[in-house]
Amino acid sequence: MSQPTWTQDGYELVVGLEVHVELATKTKLFSASPNRFGDEPNTNIDPVTLGLPGALPVLNKYAVELGMRIGLALNCTVQPCTFARKNYFYPDMPTSYQISQYEDPLNIDGWLDLPDGSRVGIERAHMEQDAGKSTHVGGGEGRVHGAEHSLIDLNRAGVPLVEIVSRPDIRSPEQARSFVNELRAILLTIGASDAKMEEGSMRVDANVSVRRPGAELGTRCEIKNVNSVRSVGRAIEYEARRQILMLDAGESIRQQTRHWDEGDGRTHTLRDKEDADDYRYFLEPDLVPVMPSAEWIDAVRASLPMLPAARRTRLAEATGLAVDSEAIGSIVDRGQDDYAFAVHDAGGDIGRAVVHLKEAFAELGAEPALPAADLAGLTRLEVEGKLTATQAKTVVAELIEQGGGDAAAIAAAKGFEAMDTSELETMVDEAIAAQPDAWEKFRAGENKAMGALVGHIMKASRGQADGKLVTRILNARK
Amino acid sequence: MAQLGTASQIAAGVRSGSLKAADVLEQHLAAIGAREAEIHAFNHVMADSARQRAAAIDAMVVAGHDPGPLAGVPVALKDNMCTRGVPTTCSSKILAGWKPPYDGTVVTLLQQAGAVTVGKTNLDEFAMGSSTENSAFGPTRNPLDTNLVPGGSSGGSAAAVAAGFAALSFGSDTGGSIRQPAALCGVVGVKPTYGRVSRYGLVAFASSLDQIGPFTRTVADAALALQVVCGHDPHDSTSIPDPLPDYSALLERGVEGLRIGRITDLPAGADPDVAQRVEQAFEVLTAAGATIVDVEVPAFTYGLTAYYIIAPAEASSNLARYDGVRYGLRVDASDTNAMYSATRAAGFGDEVKRRILLGTYALSAGYYDAYYGKALRIRRLMAQDFAKAYEQADVLLTPASPSVAFPFGSKTADPFAMYLCDTYTIPSNLTGEPGMSVPFGTGRQGLPVGVQVLAPALAEPLMLQVAAELERAAAGLDQGGAT
Repeated sequence: MSQPTWTQDGYELVVGLEVHVELATKTKLFSASPNRFGDEPNTNIDPVTLGLPGALPVLNKYAVELGMRIGLALNCTVQPCTFARKNYFYPDMPTSYQISQYEDPLNIDGWLDLPDGSRVGIERAHMEQDAGKSTHVGGGEGRVHGAEHSLIDLNRAGVPLVEIVSRPDIRSPEQARSFVNELRAILLTIGASDAKMEEGSMRVDANVSVRRPGAELGTRCEIKNVNSVRSVGRAIEYEARRQILMLDAGESIRQQTRHWDEGDGRTHTLRDKEDADDYRYFLEPDLVPVMPSAEWIDAVRASLPMLPAARRTRLAEATGLAVDSEAIGSIVDRGQDDYAFAVHDAGGDIGRAVVHLKEAFAELGAEPALPAADLAGLTRLEVEGKLTATQAKTVVAELIEQGGGDAAAIAAAKGFEAMDTSELETMVDEAIAAQPDAWEKFRAGENKAMGALVGHIMKASRGQADGKLVTRILNARK
Repeated sequence: MAQLGTASQIAAGVRSGSLKAADVLEQHLAAIGAREAEIHAFNHVMADSARQRAAAIDAMVVAGHDPGPLAGVPVALKDNMCTRGVPTTCSSKILAGWKPPYDGTVVTLLQQAGAVTVGKTNLDEFAMGSSTENSAFGPTRNPLDTNLVPGGSSGGSAAAVAAGFAALSFGSDTGGSIRQPAALCGVVGVKPTYGRVSRYGLVAFASSLDQIGPFTRTVADAALALQVVCGHDPHDSTSIPDPLPDYSALLERGVEGLRIGRITDLPAGADPDVAQRVEQAFEVLTAAGATIVDVEVPAFTYGLTAYYIIAPAEASSNLARYDGVRYGLRVDASDTNAMYSATRAAGFGDEVKRRILLGTYALSAGYYDAYYGKALRIRRLMAQDFAKAYEQADVLLTPASPSVAFPFGSKTADPFAMYLCDTYTIPSNLTGEPGMSVPFGTGRQGLPVGVQVLAPALAEPLMLQVAAELERAAAGLDQGGAT
């Protein structure tokens, strides 16, 4: 199953994403200053960060390793690579050039599989240094135009980044959001980045174009300043509609960089392609090529943990749920799938465990304080028919609150006793007698008529009857 | 000069206690006092800190400690080497008054070896030039004849050793900026293999070509200096990790059995007085038992052209950081872009601007392949051609400079005439191989001629071995020369 393609007025949407992520290193890409968010401005600096005359960059090997982890997790080929200088003037870029990878990036030709089964190609994932941060104050609403002066913080300058460039394989705003979510989950799983869009450690630019299905790619616009997963979808959708309106009005799309304004929900022209800087790329003469050995690549590959997609498949197969079901997705996102298997290993029922995890464990993190064996005990009671689903929910809440305990004892203390079957059989008789029409319809094969019968029994038992057992009895009578 | 002693003699004397570093320093400071106003070798003389340092070194010796292989040797540093707390200007208005917060690796190594820094020497702005006339702080004069240039860009460092202001000095060589002024001032100047000396703390002109090296009065002093400043530096990614040889080991060996290469397709342009001395150098080496072999280096001719694409291209990027934002000169203006323009227009001299424009153009979209790309191909060809030549010859001999020292202003109106000064030195910067100039007799008006010895990568001991033989032979030459 794949995401529906977004279409409007006979146009389809084509999106490629460029995602910058800050790497979770201790130090910067080319110097020993700390890579740390939130420190006093201009404290994590040194001659290299400041771009002082005579200072030279020295590559952080661990940053390369994290870059390789990202590439390998995205099924890329890791290759010998070089660094280049991208030349431009800006006050928060101390050397007036960014050291980046241009012709020979570390990672090329990979892909990312999304939970819905669609696949998005990865063109490259290359390494580069971040710039400093400018704050424009005194008018201009935070933009440089109209500001009285600007403050520069170079703590971020030289922080290692990996830029992940997707192929233009994305066809809907939902798929773009899913790509960002899945990428974020992978980055967290492999420990490459904390990937926080709100802190800017993950930044998404979207290349958006529209076309008639099957036609050549249309002219694209690059959308910047998209600061949340929600905005990714909104910005893409707005931009697509804007382009379609222009095309339908007989206008052509100019290749532009556009700025997403969260406030008015629109994109605005930042600059036209003709005004773009000529970056005058050339090989960075202060660095030497990086030649990752086969042994190094193999060792990094072997050290990768199980990725979210594989974990979803594993949990789906163990529970019988669909791999793209909400329960599977959210439990793996929270990293609670290992816990689900621990419940299973402690003799519990993983299917029941997943129900409780999805509902009641949202805030408990990857390693819930509640011992897996205690949850296992609860699920056993459910499977044995000693607790109804509703009762079990109450007991789980109690277990979580107490940080563990004996489910059977809690159930007993709450006065939860499983009704025996004979009691239920009597209730079924009463329900059939009370709702003869429903019973006839149900017997005739109208399964939804069962709802009225079950509802009657639940009401009579004040919610204590086991719904599954009732269904079983009703089906047996049919 | 002679009574001041060589670096080797000073260090030996100070280490043994027979010489006081303080006395040695005062002799050199006296020489500075007598002639610096006329010569202007220095941007900044560090008399006070040098006196403290010399006293500390003498105290170490008294206390029984060894200050190191350059104990008490007065050293001058080209003013593009970062010295903590001491102005480092690159002879540019844009860096006037800037004091680095850190020492370059070479500066640290010299301190650890017991050297005494006497000052920072003048240069062509950002090391761009061949006469030291491009300094924002006025030219340096040749100590041998103050009507003549000392060469450049390390003219201040060459003049400092020639005038006896320092026993040892350091310059940087991007296209000949050590070897050419050494030749014009009659001293020894060495450009080591690229990567042998750390560039950390050397203000970059063209990063893939820049290399620090010494000026000395003798070849033995050059070997001593290399022993101190060469070696791997983790702060410089292009630094070579190979272990260091003993640079003095072969100095006395002679040249018997060595193959000395003569480049038959060497670009023309050397003055007759210079060419005659180079011929004589081949003769004395033959007489000492070496064999002369003819080799071809077809790409040699294209070196100057390739260099004047590659070096400005890198410079255009390296010098972009002088934007008035963080340090150095700032000329205020209405907005950021106007401030950049005003600062750089006021801060850079004409030659620097010329090269930034050249380099920016060469790297521009649409021109990259035709200029920078092609220059890189010449650079690869150059390496191949030299590799072939070194299959036939152990070292190569050429003039270091096409001419002896020339008068002020004689080439400033024609940048290309000035660029031709580096015809013979540029190829070894493009290949990264070592080269040195050794004084070998005199030419026109009794001015010194430098013979250049070129060698394969890391073959400095062999290069020094041949230079030492030329030095011994030079002592016996007729000093008249052609007129």
